Amino acid sequence: MRVVLAEDLFLLRDGLVRLLEAHGFEIAAAVDNGPGLDRALEELEPDVAVVDVRLPPSFTDEGLQCALRARRRRPGLPVLVLSQHVEQLYARELLADGSGGVGYLLKDRVMDAGQFTEAVRRVAAGGTAMDPQVISQLLQRSSGDDRPVSRLTPREREVLELMAQGRSNAAIAGRLSVTERAVAKHTANIFAKLGLEVSDDDNRRVLAVLAHLDAA
Amino acid sequence: MSAKKALLAAVRGFALGTFSLIGSSLLLVLTLLAAALVPLGVGTLLMPPLLGLVRRFADLRRLAAARWYGITIPLAEYDPGPAGLPAVGPARTLRLMADPAVHRDLRWLPVDMTAGFLLAMLPVALLSNAVQGIALPLGHWRVVADGADYWYLFLPVGGQADAIGAGLLGLVVLYLAFRYNDRLLAAHFTLTRAVLAPDRATLERRVAELARTRHDAVGASAAELRRIERDLHDGAQARLVAMGMSLGTIETLLDKDPAQARKLLAQARAESAEALAELRDLVRGIHPPVLAERGLGDAARALALRTPLPVEAHVDLPGRPEAAVESAVYFALSEMLTNVVKHARATRIWLELGHRDGMLRLTVTDDGHGGADPAAGTGLAGVERRLGAFDGVLAVSSPTGGPTVVTLEIPCALSSPKTSSC
Repeated sequence: MRVVLAEDLFLLRDGLVRLLEAHGFEIAAAVDNGPGLDRALEELEPDVAVVDVRLPPSFTDEGLQCALRARRRRPGLPVLVLSQHVEQLYARELLADGSGGVGYLLKDRVMDAGQFTEAVRRVAAGGTAMDPQVISQLLQRSSGDDRPVSRLTPREREVLELMAQGRSNAAIAGRLSVTERAVAKHTANIFAKLGLEVSDDDNRRVLAVLAHLDAA
Repeated sequence: MSAKKALLAAVRGFALGTFSLIGSSLLLVLTLLAAALVPLGVGTLLMPPLLGLVRRFADLRRLAAARWYGITIPLAEYDPGPAGLPAVGPARTLRLMADPAVHRDLRWLPVDMTAGFLLAMLPVALLSNAVQGIALPLGHWRVVADGADYWYLFLPVGGQADAIGAGLLGLVVLYLAFRYNDRLLAAHFTLTRAVLAPDRATLERRVAELARTRHDAVGASAAELRRIERDLHDGAQARLVAMGMSLGTIETLLDKDPAQARKLLAQARAESAEALAELRDLVRGIHPPVLAERGLGDAARALALRTPLPVEAHVDLPGRPEAAVESAVYFALSEMLTNVVKHARATRIWLELGHRDGMLRLTVTDDGHGGADPAAGTGLAGVERRLGAFDGVLAVSSPTGGPTVVTLEIPCALSSPKTSSC
């Protein structure tokens, strides 16, 4: 799997390259600035891009803008955005086209190499990987007294949280130490309570949940 | 006392008086006309150039005062308005009409065409009367008083004796002219200075206000630095020390007790995650990354999204204010939203952020129970102090039962939006 990596801090870039290579990824390019990222995304056609939000030369949200532009050129191009802080505003922009294949994680998450590489693979496969912080903020906002989310049981809420992060039923089952069947049952309940249509497709399911939470 | 000086003052005064009477009355009438036309719109095109003329007219007088008498009339500090404000039109006219320097110019016009005119004309009047009086005993009275009653000042002149009296009076007037002409013209400029120079009390109030807000701003930033130091000292720094100790212990345990070493490793990693989270919060408190990356408009939207209540945000900022203003407004908004969530028992919040006529305006409205009092020691007092350094003001309307409307205004210019290079 070919990865384009954009990170301006040498130590982090170097660490990420080694981490990804150790887990069987091929680094097509590792760049340290926005224009370089633009070129690499255009010319190298990677399977997934791992991008820092803030890049030179402007040190604003150049990485995010490059990623969004690349996805407009090539809809569905898998992009995993990393940042020192997470903003729902950015998550919303990444999810706006509704085509999946996006990730948005705190940089802290790279400390758990297993989970991080799993997230990269998930995004590359067209799934989503949303940072737990983004999801908990979303849930907090959509948990007002008269909202559908407030009718969920604590367990269903946990499942919803993990699902919204982009995890599969199997992963959720493993995380909560329950059977996959139990997770499927919770999922069906959640969709009924939120008034969403059940879909077999994992990715579409996640996007529907995120859209519902964001609209609340 | 000098004949040359008196003559010079008379000549200058005559020229000046004529010029000031014509100029002042013309400009005053035109300005009043234009002001009457402002509601129709035409006036907003006429006002700015007219006020510009008034300004130049006043500047000419300043020049004469300095050249002739060394009297310095301080230059007016006109409000230039924000960058990009059109030279004519309603926005510029409103701004000009609110400018105290313009008010002073306009107050000066009627003074100049009356008292100013008289003072300027007195030297020439004295001198010409003196000449007339002295000319009378030389036989001149016969020519002018041919058959009719003739008066010189308050003396009726009917014969040579009267004419000699008038001549003596003329000498007295000549003495007065020699003695006072110069001072009379100087008095004209002193009067001009009194009307045109900025009012001292206003300046003193402004200085006191600046001293107070500067004191507050310096105090606030010192307190902020102390807080950051304490947070680092008790937080991230302490955690790094703990991590270092754990790593040292792990090193010694690695061979003896691998199971225990593994446990400590997990602990050390958790510590590092905690330290990161603390640093992130601290950075957000110093300068929120989203503000650096996107500017005030999007940072306000991001804040709205972070708020655990539904916030309807209308943001209309065509450019970016300077960084210090952005930061102050961001933290003010953050404090306002936190207040609503904590105290108002509201279900909805409306947020409006815009820029008009050189003013950044932020309004936060909630449907809570009202009764918010900025003096009651909520965070709003701190917000107000912080804004003071930028001449910003905060207004709170919060009747019992709600709704609460908090409005913030801060004068600032916007720079054109930056476009990302990639």
